[in-house]
Amino acid sequence: MLVSGLALALLWAPEDADQGPSQRIFYIHVPIALTAYACFGWGAWKALRLLWTGDARYDLESYTAVHLGTIFGTLTLVTGSIWAKTSWGVWWSWGERQLVLFLVLFLFYAAYFMLRFSLAEGPARARISAVYALFGVVLIPISFLAIRLAQNFIHPVVFTRDGPQMSGDMFFTFCVCLAGMLLLAGALYLNELAGKRLDLRLRELREALELR
Amino acid sequence: MTYARDVAALARKDLLLELRARETLPAMVLFVLSTLVAFRFALPGGGTERQTIGLLWVAILFTSLVGLTRAFVPEREQRVLDGLVLAPVDRSAIWFGKVTATLAFLVAAEVVALPAYALFFEGLTWETVAAVALADIGICAVGTILAAMAAAGRARELLFPLLFLPLSLPILVGGVGAGVGDDPARFLAFLGLYDAVFAILAWASFEYVVTE
Repeated sequence: MLVSGLALALLWAPEDADQGPSQRIFYIHVPIALTAYACFGWGAWKALRLLWTGDARYDLESYTAVHLGTIFGTLTLVTGSIWAKTSWGVWWSWGERQLVLFLVLFLFYAAYFMLRFSLAEGPARARISAVYALFGVVLIPISFLAIRLAQNFIHPVVFTRDGPQMSGDMFFTFCVCLAGMLLLAGALYLNELAGKRLDLRLRELREALELR
Repeated sequence: MTYARDVAALARKDLLLELRARETLPAMVLFVLSTLVAFRFALPGGGTERQTIGLLWVAILFTSLVGLTRAFVPEREQRVLDGLVLAPVDRSAIWFGKVTATLAFLVAAEVVALPAYALFFEGLTWETVAAVALADIGICAVGTILAAMAAAGRARELLFPLLFLPLSLPILVGGVGAGVGDDPARFLAFLGLYDAVFAILAWASFEYVVTE
Protein backbone atom coordinates (compact mmCIF):
# COMPACT_ATOMS: atom_id res chain seq x y z
CA MET A 1 0.00 0.00 0.00
CA LEU A 2 2.74 2.41 0.97
CA VAL A 3 4.83 1.38 -2.02
CA SER A 4 1.95 1.91 -4.42
CA GLY A 5 1.28 5.25 -2.77
CA LEU A 6 4.86 6.30 -3.25
CA ALA A 7 4.79 5.19 -6.88
CA LEU A 8 1.65 7.22 -7.44
CA ALA A 9 3.19 10.20 -5.70
CA LEU A 10 6.37 10.10 -7.73
CA LEU A 11 5.09 9.11 -11.16
CA TRP A 12 1.43 9.83 -11.55
CA ALA A 13 0.29 12.80 -9.52
CA PRO A 14 0.35 16.09 -11.44
CA GLU A 15 3.09 18.50 -10.62
CA ASP A 16 2.30 21.50 -8.51
CA ALA A 17 2.39 24.60 -10.68
CA ASP A 18 3.85 26.73 -7.93
CA GLN A 19 6.40 24.51 -6.25
CA GLY A 20 7.39 22.01 -8.92
CA PRO A 21 8.73 18.54 -8.11
CA SER A 22 9.61 19.40 -4.52
CA GLN A 23 5.90 19.42 -3.78
CA ARG A 24 5.93 15.63 -4.06
CA ILE A 25 7.44 15.35 -0.58
CA PHE A 26 4.00 16.51 0.56
CA TYR A 27 2.76 12.96 -0.05
CA ILE A 28 5.24 11.66 2.50
CA HIS A 29 5.51 14.54 4.92
CA VAL A 30 1.82 15.10 5.62
CA PRO A 31 0.87 11.41 6.02
CA ILE A 32 3.79 10.96 8.42
CA ALA A 33 2.62 13.96 10.43
CA LEU A 34 -0.97 12.71 10.55
CA THR A 35 0.24 9.24 11.51
CA ALA A 36 2.24 10.76 14.36
CA TYR A 37 -0.91 12.47 15.61
CA ALA A 38 -2.79 9.20 15.30
CA CYS A 39 -0.11 7.42 17.37
CA PHE A 40 -0.18 10.08 20.08
CA GLY A 41 -3.96 9.93 20.13
CA TRP A 42 -3.93 6.15 20.30
CA GLY A 43 -1.37 6.27 23.13
CA ALA A 44 -3.55 8.71 25.05
CA TRP A 45 -6.63 6.58 24.47
CA LYS A 46 -4.82 3.55 25.89
CA ALA A 47 -3.61 5.73 28.78
CA LEU A 48 -7.19 6.73 29.49
CA ARG A 49 -8.24 3.08 29.38
CA LEU A 50 -5.46 2.26 31.84
CA LEU A 51 -6.60 4.90 34.33
CA TRP A 52 -10.20 3.85 33.83
CA THR A 53 -9.85 0.09 34.20
CA GLY A 54 -6.50 -0.25 35.99
CA ASP A 55 -5.59 -3.07 33.61
CA ALA A 56 -1.78 -3.20 33.42
CA ARG A 57 -1.63 -4.35 29.80
CA TYR A 58 -2.69 -0.89 28.58
CA ASP A 59 0.56 0.53 29.91
CA LEU A 60 2.67 -1.29 27.36
CA GLU A 61 0.22 -0.47 24.57
CA SER A 62 0.20 3.21 25.45
CA TYR A 63 3.98 3.30 25.72
CA THR A 64 4.44 1.57 22.37
CA ALA A 65 2.06 3.99 20.65
CA VAL A 66 3.81 7.03 22.12
CA HIS A 67 7.16 5.54 21.15
CA LEU A 68 6.03 5.13 17.54
CA GLY A 69 4.47 8.59 17.58
CA THR A 70 7.78 10.08 18.64
CA ILE A 71 9.58 8.28 15.82
CA PHE A 72 7.03 9.49 13.27
CA GLY A 73 7.17 12.95 14.82
CA THR A 74 10.93 13.06 14.38
CA LEU A 75 10.52 11.93 10.78
CA THR A 76 8.02 14.76 10.31
CA LEU A 77 10.63 17.22 11.51
CA VAL A 78 13.19 15.79 9.11
CA THR A 79 10.93 15.65 6.03
CA GLY A 80 9.45 19.04 6.86
CA SER A 81 12.91 20.49 7.13
CA ILE A 82 13.85 19.06 3.74
CA TRP A 83 10.68 20.46 2.24
CA ALA A 84 11.41 23.87 3.77
CA LYS A 85 14.88 23.75 2.26
CA THR A 86 13.63 22.98 -1.24
CA SER A 87 10.68 25.39 -1.13
CA TRP A 88 12.03 28.35 0.78
CA GLY A 89 15.77 27.72 0.78
CA VAL A 90 16.08 27.44 4.54
CA TRP A 91 16.30 24.34 6.71
CA TRP A 92 14.17 25.81 9.42
CA SER A 93 11.43 28.41 9.40
CA TRP A 94 9.68 29.58 12.54
CA GLY A 95 6.79 30.62 10.34
CA GLU A 96 5.92 26.96 9.70
CA ARG A 97 3.29 26.30 12.29
CA GLN A 98 3.11 22.54 11.98
CA LEU A 99 6.86 22.15 12.19
CA VAL A 100 7.09 24.35 15.27
CA LEU A 101 4.29 22.33 16.82
CA PHE A 102 6.18 19.13 16.13
CA LEU A 103 9.28 20.61 17.70
CA VAL A 104 7.29 21.38 20.87
CA LEU A 105 5.78 17.89 20.80
CA PHE A 106 9.19 16.35 20.25
CA LEU A 107 10.49 18.09 23.38
CA PHE A 108 7.38 17.08 25.30
CA TYR A 109 7.52 13.40 24.36
CA ALA A 110 11.28 13.23 24.79
CA ALA A 111 10.60 14.26 28.38
CA TYR A 112 8.00 11.43 28.52
CA PHE A 113 10.80 8.91 28.06
CA MET A 114 13.00 10.68 30.62
CA LEU A 115 10.13 10.52 33.09
CA ARG A 116 9.31 6.91 32.34
CA PHE A 117 12.86 5.68 32.70
CA SER A 118 13.43 7.55 35.95
CA LEU A 119 10.51 5.81 37.63
CA ALA A 120 10.68 2.37 39.17
CA GLU A 121 8.72 -0.23 37.21
CA GLY A 122 5.25 -0.94 38.51
CA PRO A 123 1.68 0.36 38.63
CA ALA A 124 2.82 3.82 39.83
CA ARG A 125 4.96 4.22 36.73
CA ALA A 126 2.12 3.08 34.51
CA ARG A 127 -0.27 5.60 36.00
CA ILE A 128 2.14 8.54 35.96
CA SER A 129 3.12 7.85 32.33
CA ALA A 130 -0.55 7.60 31.45
CA VAL A 131 -1.37 10.96 33.01
CA TYR A 132 1.55 12.53 31.17
CA ALA A 133 0.41 11.01 27.86
CA LEU A 134 -3.03 12.51 28.46
CA PHE A 135 -1.46 15.93 29.00
CA GLY A 136 0.17 15.43 25.60
CA VAL A 137 -3.05 15.18 23.60
CA VAL A 138 -4.41 18.23 25.38
CA LEU A 139 -1.19 20.08 24.65
CA ILE A 140 -1.48 19.43 20.89
CA PRO A 141 -4.52 21.68 20.21
CA ILE A 142 -3.47 24.25 22.83
CA SER A 143 0.01 24.57 21.35
CA PHE A 144 -1.45 24.72 17.89
CA LEU A 145 -3.63 27.61 18.96
CA ALA A 146 -0.66 29.28 20.66
CA ILE A 147 1.57 28.98 17.62
CA ARG A 148 -1.24 30.24 15.42
CA LEU A 149 -1.71 33.24 17.69
CA ALA A 150 2.00 33.90 17.74
CA GLN A 151 2.67 33.73 14.04
CA ASN A 152 1.79 34.92 10.63
CA PHE A 153 0.69 32.91 7.64
CA ILE A 154 3.49 31.33 5.66
CA HIS A 155 2.47 27.70 5.55
CA PRO A 156 0.41 26.83 2.50
CA VAL A 157 -2.97 25.83 3.91
CA VAL A 158 -4.19 22.85 1.96
CA PHE A 159 -7.15 21.77 4.02
CA THR A 160 -9.60 24.58 4.64
CA ARG A 161 -13.23 24.65 5.58
CA ASP A 162 -14.15 24.25 1.91
CA GLY A 163 -12.52 20.83 1.77
CA PRO A 164 -9.11 19.93 0.40
CA GLN A 165 -7.69 22.48 -2.03
CA MET A 166 -6.15 20.14 -4.52
CA SER A 167 -7.05 18.29 -7.67
CA GLY A 168 -8.71 14.89 -7.61
CA ASP A 169 -5.58 13.03 -8.71
CA MET A 170 -3.51 14.64 -6.03
CA PHE A 171 -6.08 13.96 -3.38
CA PHE A 172 -6.32 10.30 -4.36
CA THR A 173 -2.54 9.91 -4.21
CA PHE A 174 -2.54 11.63 -0.85
CA CYS A 175 -5.19 9.28 0.51
CA VAL A 176 -3.28 6.21 -0.70
CA CYS A 177 -0.12 7.49 0.96
CA LEU A 178 -1.95 8.27 4.17
CA ALA A 179 -3.55 4.83 4.29
CA GLY A 180 -0.18 3.22 3.57
CA MET A 181 1.52 5.17 6.33
CA LEU A 182 -1.22 4.35 8.82
CA LEU A 183 -0.99 0.66 7.91
CA LEU A 184 2.77 0.79 8.33
CA ALA A 185 2.36 2.38 11.75
CA GLY A 186 -0.24 -0.20 12.72
CA ALA A 187 2.02 -3.06 11.65
CA LEU A 188 5.00 -1.57 13.49
CA TYR A 189 2.80 -1.10 16.53
CA LEU A 190 1.64 -4.70 16.61
CA ASN A 191 5.15 -5.94 15.91
CA GLU A 192 6.76 -3.89 18.65
CA LEU A 193 4.01 -4.74 21.08
CA ALA A 194 4.46 -8.44 20.44
CA GLY A 195 8.21 -8.08 20.91
CA LYS A 196 7.83 -6.17 24.15
CA ARG A 197 5.31 -8.68 25.50
CA LEU A 198 7.65 -11.53 24.65
CA ASP A 199 10.46 -9.68 26.37
CA LEU A 200 8.36 -9.20 29.48
CA ARG A 201 7.24 -12.83 29.51
CA LEU A 202 10.84 -13.98 29.10
CA ARG A 203 11.93 -11.85 32.03
CA GLU A 204 9.14 -13.22 34.18
CA LEU A 205 10.11 -16.78 33.31
CA ARG A 206 13.76 -16.09 34.02
CA GLU A 207 12.92 -14.59 37.39
CA ALA A 208 10.72 -17.57 38.16
CA LEU A 209 13.60 -19.90 37.30
CA GLU A 210 16.04 -17.99 39.47
CA LEU A 211 13.66 -18.08 42.38
CA ARG A 212 13.41 -21.82 42.32
CA MET B 1 -17.56 22.37 52.56
CA THR B 2 -15.18 19.83 54.03
CA TYR B 3 -13.33 19.88 50.72
CA ALA B 4 -12.59 23.59 51.06
CA ARG B 5 -11.53 23.04 54.67
CA ASP B 6 -9.14 20.27 53.64
CA VAL B 7 -7.62 22.45 50.95
CA ALA B 8 -7.20 25.34 53.36
CA ALA B 9 -5.58 23.09 55.96
CA LEU B 10 -3.14 21.64 53.42
CA ALA B 11 -2.22 25.07 52.06
CA ARG B 12 -1.80 26.37 55.60
CA LYS B 13 0.60 23.53 56.35
CA ASP B 14 2.84 24.53 53.43
CA LEU B 15 2.72 28.22 54.25
CA LEU B 16 3.52 27.54 57.91
CA LEU B 17 6.46 25.32 56.93
CA GLU B 18 7.72 28.11 54.72
CA LEU B 19 7.30 30.70 57.47
CA ARG B 20 9.35 28.55 59.83
CA ALA B 21 12.05 27.38 57.44
CA ARG B 22 12.12 30.33 55.00
CA GLU B 23 13.63 28.24 52.24
CA THR B 24 11.65 28.78 49.05
CA LEU B 25 10.40 32.34 48.96
CA PRO B 26 13.69 34.18 49.64
CA ALA B 27 15.33 31.96 47.01
CA MET B 28 12.63 32.83 44.45
CA VAL B 29 12.82 36.58 45.14
CA LEU B 30 16.60 36.66 44.95
CA PHE B 31 16.56 34.51 41.85
CA VAL B 32 14.13 36.71 39.94
CA LEU B 33 16.02 39.88 40.88
CA SER B 34 19.39 38.50 39.85
CA THR B 35 17.89 37.16 36.62
CA LEU B 36 16.52 40.60 35.75
CA VAL B 37 19.90 42.20 36.47
CA ALA B 38 21.64 39.55 34.39
CA PHE B 39 19.22 40.22 31.52
CA ARG B 40 19.99 43.93 31.73
CA PHE B 41 23.63 43.12 30.96
CA ALA B 42 22.71 40.52 28.37
CA LEU B 43 21.02 43.29 26.38
CA PRO B 44 23.62 45.96 25.82
CA GLY B 45 21.88 49.31 25.38
CA GLY B 46 18.77 48.17 27.20
CA GLY B 47 16.93 46.46 24.36
CA THR B 48 13.53 47.33 22.94
CA GLU B 49 10.27 46.90 24.77
CA ARG B 50 9.51 43.75 22.76
CA GLN B 51 12.72 42.15 23.89
CA THR B 52 12.52 43.11 27.54
CA ILE B 53 8.93 41.90 27.90
CA GLY B 54 10.07 38.52 26.61
CA LEU B 55 12.85 38.47 29.16
CA LEU B 56 10.40 39.29 31.93
CA TRP B 57 8.40 36.21 30.98
CA VAL B 58 11.46 34.00 30.87
CA ALA B 59 12.40 35.32 34.31
CA ILE B 60 8.93 34.53 35.65
CA LEU B 61 8.94 31.00 34.21
CA PHE B 62 12.38 30.23 35.60
CA THR B 63 11.44 31.66 38.98
CA SER B 64 8.42 29.38 39.08
CA LEU B 65 10.79 26.50 38.27
CA VAL B 66 12.82 27.39 41.37
CA GLY B 67 9.70 27.34 43.52
CA LEU B 68 7.99 24.33 42.00
CA THR B 69 10.97 22.00 41.67
CA ARG B 70 11.07 21.48 45.40
CA ALA B 71 7.32 21.56 45.93
CA PHE B 72 6.99 17.81 46.49
CA VAL B 73 10.50 16.91 47.54
CA PRO B 74 9.84 17.27 51.31
CA GLU B 75 6.67 15.22 50.84
CA ARG B 76 8.62 12.39 49.23
CA GLU B 77 11.70 12.58 51.44
CA GLN B 78 9.86 12.74 54.75
CA ARG B 79 7.16 10.34 53.52
CA VAL B 80 4.51 12.97 54.17
CA LEU B 81 2.78 12.02 50.96
CA ASP B 82 2.04 8.50 52.20
CA GLY B 83 0.30 10.00 55.18
CA LEU B 84 -1.62 12.46 53.07
CA VAL B 85 -2.76 9.76 50.66
CA LEU B 86 -3.93 7.64 53.58
CA ALA B 87 -5.71 10.56 55.22
CA PRO B 88 -9.49 10.68 54.70
CA VAL B 89 -9.34 13.53 52.20
CA ASP B 90 -10.06 13.63 48.51
CA ARG B 91 -6.67 13.27 46.74
CA SER B 92 -7.36 16.22 44.49
CA ALA B 93 -7.50 18.34 47.66
CA ILE B 94 -3.77 17.64 48.06
CA TRP B 95 -3.24 19.11 44.61
CA PHE B 96 -5.49 22.05 45.35
CA GLY B 97 -3.72 22.84 48.61
CA LYS B 98 -0.32 22.65 46.96
CA VAL B 99 -1.44 24.87 44.08
CA THR B 100 -2.72 27.45 46.57
CA ALA B 101 0.56 27.46 48.47
CA THR B 102 2.82 27.63 45.40
CA LEU B 103 0.58 30.32 43.93
CA ALA B 104 1.06 32.37 47.08
CA PHE B 105 4.85 32.03 46.79
CA LEU B 106 4.88 32.92 43.11
CA VAL B 107 2.64 35.96 43.59
CA ALA B 108 4.79 37.12 46.49
CA ALA B 109 7.93 36.84 44.34
CA GLU B 110 6.21 38.75 41.54
CA VAL B 111 5.13 41.53 43.90
CA VAL B 112 8.86 42.20 44.14
CA ALA B 113 9.75 41.31 40.57
CA LEU B 114 7.23 43.44 38.66
CA PRO B 115 8.12 46.76 40.33
CA ALA B 116 11.79 45.85 39.91
CA TYR B 117 11.13 45.24 36.22
CA ALA B 118 9.34 48.60 35.92
CA LEU B 119 12.35 50.20 37.61
CA PHE B 120 15.04 48.53 35.49
CA PHE B 121 13.24 48.47 32.16
CA GLU B 122 10.31 50.19 30.52
CA GLY B 123 7.01 48.99 29.23
CA LEU B 124 5.19 47.39 32.13
CA THR B 125 1.54 47.72 31.18
CA TRP B 126 -1.64 46.71 32.96
CA GLU B 127 -2.17 44.10 30.28
CA THR B 128 1.08 42.46 31.31
CA VAL B 129 0.11 42.52 34.97
CA ALA B 130 -3.22 40.88 34.13
CA ALA B 131 -1.44 38.32 31.97
CA VAL B 132 0.99 37.53 34.80
CA ALA B 133 -1.93 36.98 37.16
CA LEU B 134 -3.63 34.62 34.69
CA ALA B 135 -0.39 32.85 33.83
CA ASP B 136 0.37 32.21 37.50
CA ILE B 137 -2.73 30.05 37.81
CA GLY B 138 -1.74 27.95 34.81
CA ILE B 139 1.89 27.70 35.90
CA CYS B 140 0.96 26.48 39.38
CA ALA B 141 -1.82 24.15 38.20
CA VAL B 142 0.40 22.37 35.67
CA GLY B 143 3.61 22.75 37.65
CA THR B 144 2.21 21.15 40.78
CA ILE B 145 1.14 17.91 39.13
CA LEU B 146 4.37 17.69 37.11
CA ALA B 147 6.39 18.31 40.28
CA ALA B 148 4.56 15.43 41.91
CA MET B 149 5.42 13.23 38.91
CA ALA B 150 9.06 14.28 38.91
CA ALA B 151 9.39 13.77 42.65
CA ALA B 152 8.33 10.13 42.22
CA GLY B 153 11.32 9.48 39.98
CA ARG B 154 15.01 9.19 40.64
CA ALA B 155 16.12 12.33 38.84
CA ARG B 156 13.68 14.73 40.60
CA GLU B 157 15.16 18.23 40.30
CA LEU B 158 16.69 17.38 36.97
CA LEU B 159 13.49 16.03 35.50
CA PHE B 160 11.03 18.76 36.41
CA PRO B 161 12.22 21.53 34.03
CA LEU B 162 12.19 19.02 31.17
CA LEU B 163 8.58 18.13 31.88
CA PHE B 164 7.47 21.67 32.58
CA LEU B 165 9.02 23.82 29.86
CA PRO B 166 7.31 22.25 26.79
CA LEU B 167 3.97 22.50 28.56
CA SER B 168 4.55 26.11 29.56
CA LEU B 169 5.35 27.39 26.05
CA PRO B 170 1.68 28.35 25.41
CA ILE B 171 1.83 30.49 28.58
CA LEU B 172 4.87 32.25 27.17
CA VAL B 173 3.03 32.92 23.91
CA GLY B 174 -0.04 34.26 25.71
CA GLY B 175 1.95 36.39 28.12
CA VAL B 176 4.28 37.96 25.60
CA GLY B 177 1.38 38.48 23.19
CA ALA B 178 -0.65 40.30 25.82
CA GLY B 179 2.30 42.63 26.37
CA VAL B 180 3.25 43.45 22.79
CA GLY B 181 0.37 42.20 20.61
CA ASP B 182 -2.18 44.42 18.88
CA ASP B 183 -5.09 42.73 20.56
CA PRO B 184 -4.19 41.88 24.19
CA ALA B 185 -7.72 40.66 24.99
CA ARG B 186 -7.29 37.69 22.67
CA PHE B 187 -4.09 36.64 24.37
CA LEU B 188 -5.62 37.10 27.82
CA ALA B 189 -8.56 34.95 26.74
CA PHE B 190 -6.10 32.34 25.50
CA LEU B 191 -4.35 32.32 28.89
CA GLY B 192 -7.73 31.89 30.56
CA LEU B 193 -8.49 28.95 28.28
CA TYR B 194 -5.13 27.37 29.08
CA ASP B 195 -5.77 27.77 32.81
CA ALA B 196 -9.24 26.25 32.60
CA VAL B 197 -8.26 23.25 30.45
CA PHE B 198 -5.13 22.27 32.30
CA ALA B 199 -6.51 23.00 35.77
CA ILE B 200 -9.41 20.64 35.13
CA LEU B 201 -7.12 17.97 33.68
CA ALA B 202 -4.61 18.24 36.53
CA TRP B 203 -7.34 18.29 39.16
CA ALA B 204 -8.96 15.17 37.71
CA SER B 205 -5.76 13.19 37.17
CA PHE B 206 -3.75 14.08 40.27
CA GLU B 207 -5.17 11.14 42.18
CA TYR B 208 -3.45 8.70 39.82
CA VAL B 209 -0.08 10.37 40.28
CA VAL B 210 0.12 10.05 44.06
CA THR B 211 -1.51 6.68 44.73
CA GLU B 212 1.04 3.91 45.09
